[in-house]
Amino acid sequence: MLITQRKPLDEILAMIEGKSNVFLAICGGCPEACETTAPAEVEALVKDLTENGKTVVSRAQIDFLCNKALVALRLGRHMEALQKSDVVFVLSCGVGVQATSAMVQKPCYPALNTIAAGGVQGLWRGEERCAECGDCVLDRTGGICPITGCAKKLLNGACGGSDKGICEVHATHPCAWYEIYERLKGLGQLDKLLQPVKPKAWGKFEAPPELRGTIFWALEAEEPVAEEQEVTP
Amino acid sequence: MSAFSDKLQAGDFVVSSEIGPPKGVHVEHCLDDAEHMRDRVTAINVTDIQSAVMRVGSLAICHLLTHRGIEPILQMVCRDRNQLALQSDLLSAVALGVENVLCLTGDHNVLGDHKESMPVFDLDSVGLLETVQILMGGHDLAGNELEGEPPTFFPGAVVTPAGDPLEPQLIKMEKKVNAGARFFQTQAVYDSAQFHEFMKQAETFGAPVLLGIVVLKNAGMANYMNKFVAGVSVPQELIDELKADPEKTKSGQTGVEIAARTIRECKDCCQGVHIMPLGWDDKVPAILDLAGL
Repeated sequence: MLITQRKPLDEILAMIEGKSNVFLAICGGCPEACETTAPAEVEALVKDLTENGKTVVSRAQIDFLCNKALVALRLGRHMEALQKSDVVFVLSCGVGVQATSAMVQKPCYPALNTIAAGGVQGLWRGEERCAECGDCVLDRTGGICPITGCAKKLLNGACGGSDKGICEVHATHPCAWYEIYERLKGLGQLDKLLQPVKPKAWGKFEAPPELRGTIFWALEAEEPVAEEQEVTP
Repeated sequence: MSAFSDKLQAGDFVVSSEIGPPKGVHVEHCLDDAEHMRDRVTAINVTDIQSAVMRVGSLAICHLLTHRGIEPILQMVCRDRNQLALQSDLLSAVALGVENVLCLTGDHNVLGDHKESMPVFDLDSVGLLETVQILMGGHDLAGNELEGEPPTFFPGAVVTPAGDPLEPQLIKMEKKVNAGARFFQTQAVYDSAQFHEFMKQAETFGAPVLLGIVVLKNAGMANYMNKFVAGVSVPQELIDELKADPEKTKSGQTGVEIAARTIRECKDCCQGVHIMPLGWDDKVPAILDLAGL
């Protein structure tokens, strides 16, 4: 089951410090099933943002934010509201944030952490990948994931092996940090490359006990047991 | 404090060099390489599983250098050790009399001889520099207190002056300075004019920069570096110079002359030179003589 979890409010507010107008891009696919984009959750986020002086200019719910073509097509109807917005908060897995970032010339920030995509149904992704690291960094990296895109999972910029935008690992492999640099330059956010970054919390890759306790996780966990019983003579 | 740090902080022009540990336990040859240079350099880097090819560790050789009265610079890469091991080895370094640490991310495993081994990269070059600062403050990365007096390190980092594009290189250099880098040794430089341009921006960060020199052995090596080494660009006229007199190039004299010329052209805009002789350690004194150092 795909499991996402809303980021802590202070983290969300820190991303938009000094900005006020927010557009919400909400995935109606997998996260709706695990309730992180259920109406009550979306309203709770709107309430939190409003109470902290932010304006939710508009919102769009799209099934499969993981698909770039669909994102472009559907968000095209919201051009005016998008133009009025300072940032887009994306409520989806990490793939959806990357797909939205690739199609919208605005900073696109993750409102959710992706913890697991096991057994996911309906993911319709392109070249974007999400490592389900549980601590999404896409707000700092122009919506391009260094955990899946960089061969070394680096958090502080390109290594010395990056050459003319190509990774040292293979001549056909783009350097994710070069792409991040180009994207942030386009967004006028190169200062983000200088911000200090804590080492990755590898423990967050594992779903916390409270999420393992959900019905979705429990159903998923029981499947192998059922299969085992079937093959026993 | 180390002589290397004292000299850099006093504003002196400083020369460092580099040796690589062997693949096998006979370390005498690599220590002899250091002997060729000892009277002409302030400190000698010891590479850390260079190019991801398995060999004797940097710390062991650094420690042996201190026994000979040669000041080492411990190179540390983040490819092979997690936070626990990196911090432990940093503490071990101080316990073994090693204070200078060059913090690197490290080449990826696939470039070396253990291509299927696990790339760790729990930290990267910037994270390692920050870790050094935290240890110097008397704590570890988990926030636990170290026993007794905190360790002293002299941490440094690398930068690629001919990086393409250059802007992200400079941003990362600034980030390394903010993370505690007190000196920089550069990737190999062959274009003096380009290095001067780089230094105009790099000097604003305030950390001493040591010009990186890799001695050219022949035209084949130059072509190989142009093709396969990121951020290194050997101009065609240097390749032609290496081809012009095969006997002279074979003797090493052409490489020595090119290295000395680059140092002469660049030494006024930086605070030192870091020579990577790649086995031609016995040529280092000749390079320095010719460069007027």
